Amino acid sequence: MMRVRFWGTRGSLPVALTAAGVRHKLLAALRAARGRPMASDADLERIVASLPFAVAGTYGGHGSCVQIETGSFDHFVCDMGSGLRPFGQAAMAQRGGGAAQTFHIFMSHLHWDHIMGLPFFVPAFIPGNRVVIYGGHPGLEAALRRQQEPPSFPVDFSIFGAKMEFVHLEPGRRHDVAGVGVTPMLQRHTGDSYGYRFESQGKVVVYSTDSEHPLAQAEHTERFVDFFHNADLVIFDGMYSLADAISVKADWGHSSNIVGVELCQMAGARHLCLFHHEPVFDDEAIDAVLAETRRLEEITRGAKRLHVSAAYDGLEIGL
Amino acid sequence: MQIATRHYADAIVATLAGRVDHQSAAQLEAAVMPLLAEAGARQGQLVLDFSGVEYISSVGLRVLMIAAKQMREHKAQLLVAALQTVVAEIFAISRFDRILTVTPTLADALALCSPAALAQYRGAGSAPAP
Repeated sequence: MMRVRFWGTRGSLPVALTAAGVRHKLLAALRAARGRPMASDADLERIVASLPFAVAGTYGGHGSCVQIETGSFDHFVCDMGSGLRPFGQAAMAQRGGGAAQTFHIFMSHLHWDHIMGLPFFVPAFIPGNRVVIYGGHPGLEAALRRQQEPPSFPVDFSIFGAKMEFVHLEPGRRHDVAGVGVTPMLQRHTGDSYGYRFESQGKVVVYSTDSEHPLAQAEHTERFVDFFHNADLVIFDGMYSLADAISVKADWGHSSNIVGVELCQMAGARHLCLFHHEPVFDDEAIDAVLAETRRLEEITRGAKRLHVSAAYDGLEIGL
Repeated sequence: MQIATRHYADAIVATLAGRVDHQSAAQLEAAVMPLLAEAGARQGQLVLDFSGVEYISSVGLRVLMIAAKQMREHKAQLLVAALQTVVAEIFAISRFDRILTVTPTLADALALCSPAALAQYRGAGSAPAP
């Protein structure tokens, strides 16, 4: 069984829930509880369970970082946004500092929001560990070394005690990485980005973020329909509305919930997970996008139902 | 997808029927472009009567975006009228309802074009006067 854990789901810039945001949620929860039994903990649990996610929870604010459990002892991770820090802490807590661990990290691209977690990735400081960073960009290693140079950061890349390795992956070809099939796909984004199709134990997970889709190019659409074909889960950059993505934010390198639904439906995918949320959106706004996307799937559904979710920091999806 | 064209005073009305999907969007684009040129040349209005459109995909919406942009460049206007319920939902979810002028009926769209366009439409017996 594969299991996907989301450690960072926000696009472009990490964000944090504010005091005003917490107060807003508390007031909404208290209003919803008004007049209902509250004597026992079970009563309180029932009330909390009835609240919308935007009131009872939060989508979180860490930058892109997704863990894919494949059944291998090695770790598989996509991107090193700020969510890499809590992932690293969890990996250390789970297995301790004494046991050598190998981390296979697949980079969509080298923009700041996808690499900023590395300086805070505790396992990289531990001798005996192995961190293998995969990508399609020729400047992969240079970009990660440069972000730790003065004046950007006080600790040089050479501080890492783990064995740091860099592997260039040719896109469009299936590679075997520790028993997992990994196929990178060149995507449209400023400076290029890469999506990844992971195949293990008969399950398929596609990670496709920071990817713009030129709607008029049928060949492009066909490439992505093939890339998403029969996927059990597609993690998809749904940052903007379609209107924004093809007008004021055209060529910004991102996509929309509408295109996500269409591509997944054409590809026969089973689950679309909206990812790389717009940092200006609060929890209610992301909840609304999710509800609208589910409605779109419902009114455009063919023979096969597409499950739609929105990623949040801490979400786990079993396949 | 079928497209029929009529003229009411300074307004051109293109009536569409069927699905505007990834296959038929190019047909829509080919049909609309000459109408854009015609309406733009005389700074008139182009109304797309969507009463017969059952579905529109992202590729079809892109054609509308291009059309609206070209009309604005010619100081002309594009209006979309009479969306079916499903298409109205797609407009709302895509936020196209915020960037295009959408009217509940064709008569509402022609009223926004000019009194003459609305009068001709009603005179043609296409719709009863309220």
